[in-house]
Amino acid sequence: MNIAVLIKQVPDSTEVKINPETGTLIRAGVPSILNPYDHFALEAALALKKKHGFKVTVVSMGPPQAKAVVQLALALGADEGVLLSDMAFAGSDTWATSYALAKGIKKVGKVDIIFAGMQAIDGDTAQTGPGVAQQLGIPQVTFCEHVDVDGRRVLARKQIDGGHELLEARPPVLVTMIMGKDYAPQHPSFLAVNGSLKKPFHVWNAEDIGAEAQYLGLKGSPTQVSKIYPPPQRGKAAMFSGSGQEGVAKILEIMKSEHFTGE
Amino acid sequence: MIEVSKKCIGCAKCVPVCPFAAINMIDKKAVMNEACTLCGACVQVCPVQAITITREEASAKDFSGYKGVWVYVELTETGDKAQKKIKPVTFELLSAGRRLADELGEDLCAVLLTDKNHNYEKDLGAYGADKVYMVEHDELFEYNTDVFSTVIVGLVNRHKPSSMLYGATIQGRDLAPRVASTLYVGLTADCTALAIKDGLLLQSRPAFGGNIMADILAPNSRPQMSTVRPNVMKMAEPVLGRTALVVREPAKLDKSLRRVKVLERKIAHDAGAVKIENANIVVSGGRGMKTKEKFKQLEELSKLLGGVVGASRAAVDLGFKEKTHQVGQSGTTVSPKLYLSFGISGAVQHIVGMKASDVIIAVNKDPNAPIFNVAKYGIVGDAHEIVPKLIEALKKK
Repeated sequence: MNIAVLIKQVPDSTEVKINPETGTLIRAGVPSILNPYDHFALEAALALKKKHGFKVTVVSMGPPQAKAVVQLALALGADEGVLLSDMAFAGSDTWATSYALAKGIKKVGKVDIIFAGMQAIDGDTAQTGPGVAQQLGIPQVTFCEHVDVDGRRVLARKQIDGGHELLEARPPVLVTMIMGKDYAPQHPSFLAVNGSLKKPFHVWNAEDIGAEAQYLGLKGSPTQVSKIYPPPQRGKAAMFSGSGQEGVAKILEIMKSEHFTGE
Repeated sequence: MIEVSKKCIGCAKCVPVCPFAAINMIDKKAVMNEACTLCGACVQVCPVQAITITREEASAKDFSGYKGVWVYVELTETGDKAQKKIKPVTFELLSAGRRLADELGEDLCAVLLTDKNHNYEKDLGAYGADKVYMVEHDELFEYNTDVFSTVIVGLVNRHKPSSMLYGATIQGRDLAPRVASTLYVGLTADCTALAIKDGLLLQSRPAFGGNIMADILAPNSRPQMSTVRPNVMKMAEPVLGRTALVVREPAKLDKSLRRVKVLERKIAHDAGAVKIENANIVVSGGRGMKTKEKFKQLEELSKLLGGVVGASRAAVDLGFKEKTHQVGQSGTTVSPKLYLSFGISGAVQHIVGMKASDVIIAVNKDPNAPIFNVAKYGIVGDAHEIVPKLIEALKKK
């Protein structure tokens, strides 16, 4: 089987802070990383490669500097890397991104399982995976914690409210992965990084993948950002400090005044 | 298109505000690279109005035929296999949708896919629905992406609603993007506020882990679709006796549509326990609880108060508590009547998941901890001293 993994380079949003005076983002020094959910998707694909000898191709879309995450995926064990990069992709929402990624996958060739992280930590939409599946006309299984292959059956364990489901699909299928306990993100060795430089790496633009301009970028995106602004600040809390015993008394007093009584 | 005119004075004020690191200063002039998403953050800070973004004209397309605010009805299993119940998020969406529909002067319609109707129209009507578009079919006995998205796309094409809302649940987040992709319409995830602006659905959502807010529009396609997390919209008081008109919709559904099959479904034993998203009281702990053993004291405290234990991402990462109890951007959003936090400094990722709580009492050693910016009451103190004493005091009562 052939596997494709969709990955994205994102700013480490846990490191992004707001300047309280200007209300703007402090982005200086915020590192770009492989989206953590995609890292789990990649590890799930590599686990299948190890077990069954499948070929793993990683596909990303982004500016030229996004090469770094594709290179990282190659160092971690992927066989081939693709970066879709073109000014025409700028401003793409999840619909236009799904369109471009689906076109890119078609150019990769016959793919049996497509892995993706359930969402990217910069947008948190969880829409691109299902969008790609729809564009390719293939079924999807979202929010999976484990994926296995048995002959021509793809078995996915999916997280649902209060438990899980075991689902079966025939390839081709797209699965999106949560950060579950069955996979652990690895770091590549220096040797592996060196070795990865010899692996096939393609950079394709819109024309290479046969993407039509009217479906790309802002023009192709049904949603538009009309405004971006800092989140509203709340008023300061009524503060209290004192000894532990006084703190406890204060909490009990507040709970009483707010009508909470222990049961 | 984004353009920087000759007016640019090379002040570089736009460089640090760009959320996507898409601006470089080249020859003392701002130049945008491929990472630009045309979000407009730079336009707002440019002191000389040198940056312009030109957008497509707000569509020449005629959308006057698209009317009605739709809400997808999510059903959930109960102990009784034969009968499912409506998820609370559906009622929250109806409450929000009612407001939008009134402002637009349109109907609020619930969209119900089920194998058997159990008078659902009563509850849906009580929470504001004028109509229920109902498809009753054996093939709808359980959620399936292919089957459900096919039915919804058919309904949308037939009745042409102006907007459609889904819960940002495991099911809603699987279904909505599939439908939006098929219809080639806009979908905005995890909206925290919805309003009508010039007849359009104005959707507000946090991005970058809650560090910035974005207002999103989808002016050139219909329906405008959004997902909303549970506990974000306030549920209105139901109007008992107000019932919705049921419109039965035919559907031809073949078994072959179902490309993914459920082999097994396991619900954990404690599934009957109060879930954190539904709890009235949440007692939460963070990194400041130091050890798993000390974190356990919060269980006891929470039991005494009749609440559920929550945890920050740091506490979950340190193994103090299971991921199912994580509150925040990558966990669950909660809005209990009382949120009591111990040793949580309040990273934005945590705050976006609990700030809608009615009363927040925060205990932290650091008087400058950001959690105090959202708390109603702040106690500067050591959780390790306060928690056991509070337990003792509550036991005495």
